[in-house]
Amino acid sequence: MGQIILQDVTKQFGTVEVIKPLDLDIQDGEFVVFVGPSGCGKSTLLRLIAGLEDVTSGTILIDGQDATLTPPAKRRLAMVFQSYALYPHMSVAKNIAFPLRMAGLPRAEIDKKVKAAAATLNLTDYLDRRPGQLSGGQRQRVAIGRAIVREPAAFLFDEPLSNLDAALRVNMRLEISELHNQLQTTMIYVTHDQVEAMTMADKIVVLSAGRIEQVGSPLELYRAPKNTFVAGFIGSPKMNFIDGRDAQEAGAAQIGIRPEHLRLSMEEGKWSGLVTVSEHLGSDTFLHVNVDGVGTLTARSDGEFGVRHGDRVHLTPIEERIHRFDADGKAI
Amino acid sequence: MATQHSRAAARLMMTPAVILLLLWMIVPLSMTLYFSFLRYNLLMPGMEEWIGFMNYEFFLTDPAFFAALTNTLLLVGGVLLITIVGGVLLALLLDQPIFGQGIVRILVIAPFFVMPTVSALVWKNMFMNPVSGLFAWIAKGFGLQPVDFFAEIPLLSIILIVAWQWLPFATLILLTALQSLDSEQLEAAEMDGAPPLSRFRSIILPHLARAITVVILIQTIFLLSVFAEILVTTNGGPGYATTNITFLVYAQSLLQFDVGGGSAGGIVAVILANIVAIFLMRMIGKNLDI
Repeated sequence: MGQIILQDVTKQFGTVEVIKPLDLDIQDGEFVVFVGPSGCGKSTLLRLIAGLEDVTSGTILIDGQDATLTPPAKRRLAMVFQSYALYPHMSVAKNIAFPLRMAGLPRAEIDKKVKAAAATLNLTDYLDRRPGQLSGGQRQRVAIGRAIVREPAAFLFDEPLSNLDAALRVNMRLEISELHNQLQTTMIYVTHDQVEAMTMADKIVVLSAGRIEQVGSPLELYRAPKNTFVAGFIGSPKMNFIDGRDAQEAGAAQIGIRPEHLRLSMEEGKWSGLVTVSEHLGSDTFLHVNVDGVGTLTARSDGEFGVRHGDRVHLTPIEERIHRFDADGKAI
Repeated sequence: MATQHSRAAARLMMTPAVILLLLWMIVPLSMTLYFSFLRYNLLMPGMEEWIGFMNYEFFLTDPAFFAALTNTLLLVGGVLLITIVGGVLLALLLDQPIFGQGIVRILVIAPFFVMPTVSALVWKNMFMNPVSGLFAWIAKGFGLQPVDFFAEIPLLSIILIVAWQWLPFATLILLTALQSLDSEQLEAAEMDGAPPLSRFRSIILPHLARAITVVILIQTIFLLSVFAEILVTTNGGPGYATTNITFLVYAQSLLQFDVGGGSAGGIVAVILANIVAIFLMRMIGKNLDI
């Protein structure tokens, strides 16, 4: 079981309010991703759940029990740290066995569990090595191994992939998702990378300046962002925001249109402009178009769309895909 | 090609410095070696003669030698024990966020700046004096008989004084080592259910191992040659109770005017220091290679 409920939780460091009062329900078995720009309080929120920081006010319920004042070790949560936090003087086997040893399990049982975890994570050949002799991806797996042997109620991941190179990151992303499917344990995952959030999450929590901006499934956030912050944060490349006359025509202070929802044409369209940069990714082409009277818009087209710097193109937004926002940035 | 040339040039240009350093070391060493084979007494000038290993024989069979050897080892071991245990504890304390941290740290380091003769005299006259010392005053305050430190526990008193001087050094090195410990490791251990004592044993202490070896190495080098503290407090006494090898060499050469015997003692001390160094190097080699 791993149901976690936050009620009116706040956190202050001195006079700075890092987490504004917030409520959050995390159901058993869910993969929840906290995402937001750096300094938005997502790591602090994770550490509050872990018990590494004390809440200033509010209640944390784990499986229905008040865990606000429970020390971290007693919360049955396991955490994977950004730096992995492996114990450098211990072998991989000892690292993974450490929480079991602290729990006072008999040696035979510890050995069995360590072997099982190592097998799950392809670490069997490395059990006698020290962390210093492992690659980044292997270290990451040891850190995860140390977490899964405890059979915790929930896993907490604090930006676990940020120290890996791009190719490895994609791999580990898959592995963590597979691990979640296999274990069906609650996972809370902190990242600043919206791609990680979109690909892995059952539920995304978008945070900004210590506030929850929106909670929802990846597609909900993509389709119906509640405000300009979420709209701009989710989706890559970023949503285009347009104000002025075009927005007023649509009855809003500001409208947003995603690059993939702009129809491109060489002949005619609502807006026209000059291509400043075209990025060819093979499968897609991203065009940065300097539209007359509107500003720079990003548009996505298929990979074969052959335009170059300086060409004139025409853009038409798909009407039902336009997001409307009021003066406060809230979606209408 | 260029590197070959520049290497040759570099060797040529380094030569004067290397020769100077070599002379600097080899001349005193060979002179000491030479003197150690002579009957060379300052009271009998002009009577020097070659006597082979006689000086060594006398020095090594002198009952004072074994007393001095034991005292040296006790002194080094005792001071190392106090400074490392105390240093680790002080470092743990100083690592906590407290008000006025900077000033407290400077205060802790201060004893290291006091020169050995001065600190030994301060300890002797102001703390350990059985009549007017602070400790005597405290003892009397409790109605106890004051301890006459340098008569009753002379070696322990010296160990205390030297340990007081070296504690800041150990604390400083261990504190910097402690600060380089990744706090996430401690948090991970906390989440893994390790109570504070286990966290200290399984995370902090192994992390400090390297720094502790460095402290042991450096302190041993200096502690083998403790001299000033003994000279100004007990003068090696009572009897030979506080005579270490260094002090014995001094006594031999300059109190008994036997330069030959003193030189032999010096060579013995060099050999002993090398034996200690071999053990230390082994230990360090094991510890530094993580």
